[in-house]
Amino acid sequence: MIAGRLLLRGMLVGAAAACLMVLFAEAFGEPAVGHAIAFESALDRAAGMAPEPELVSRAVQRGVGLLCACLLYGAAIGGLFSLVFAALLGRVGRIPPRVLAALLALGGFVALVLVPDLKYPPNPPAVGNPDTIGLRTAAYGEMMLVSLASLVLGVLAACAALRRFGAWNACAIGVLAWLVVASLSQAVLPAVQEVPANFPAVLLWQFRVASLGMQAVMWSVLGFGFGAAAETVIGTAQPAMRGGR
Amino acid sequence: MASLFHTSRSAPITTGTMRPIPLRELLPWAAFGIILSLLMLYFVGAEQGATALIAGHQVHEFVHDGRHLLGFPCH
Repeated sequence: MIAGRLLLRGMLVGAAAACLMVLFAEAFGEPAVGHAIAFESALDRAAGMAPEPELVSRAVQRGVGLLCACLLYGAAIGGLFSLVFAALLGRVGRIPPRVLAALLALGGFVALVLVPDLKYPPNPPAVGNPDTIGLRTAAYGEMMLVSLASLVLGVLAACAALRRFGAWNACAIGVLAWLVVASLSQAVLPAVQEVPANFPAVLLWQFRVASLGMQAVMWSVLGFGFGAAAETVIGTAQPAMRGGR
Repeated sequence: MASLFHTSRSAPITTGTMRPIPLRELLPWAAFGIILSLLMLYFVGAEQGATALIAGHQVHEFVHDGRHLLGFPCH
């Protein structure tokens, strides 16, 4: 049952992270979304097009809609995070649970957010061609998978080199392997450039930094929060899991 | 190093000799968790965008801001 309890904790910590992420988004992300939508409407008006009908009001989109999206996202990532944690616990040397959670969160942020975002940065409304949504979604997914694989490869390379070359050189080898594979995969995947010519650069930057900040909030809470939450499950519920000291 | 982990009220686990969770015990939970998580990610990130199970734009418009800010391709 410990796997189930870890999964539940992961999803709950993810949901808690989502709440903080929404607060961050309301402060730093939503102003940029609002400006981007204003830009989009102005373009439509200039082109003589009728304004898009509002199926869901802006108030709902930036309120309940954003909260629900982030809660689902946070719980999902938290759940997957806890499963990876549960699989690695006790199988990767003498790393204490809390440190394992922190390292996993750092790795997750780098592999699933930072590297993919450098290739396919988040875009505000008004940026993006609806006709290429399928291609972009597939490429984004591939980028995340390859990025994750390259980080795992780097870690494995470092571990393999540890005994022969020492810790310092092994880390350098691991980082090098990761950088080479991640860079090559970024270069090979299709380029997407769909920012309208006169879209404000500052607005684009603000939106992307806000999006990155939201992810940093979520992965920080996962790393620190889940480590503490998991420790209580491991430490109190099943003392048998703790071997000799 | 060890003092870093002595900040919580519950007894911290500082030694690394953890017994692994048996894979037989982990697998059913992993299958359940992965399916549930992917389903949730799908509705936040791709439904009525790249592909659609439900007709219309209601789901897309409801999660619209989240989809943009969480970095999923949108529009």
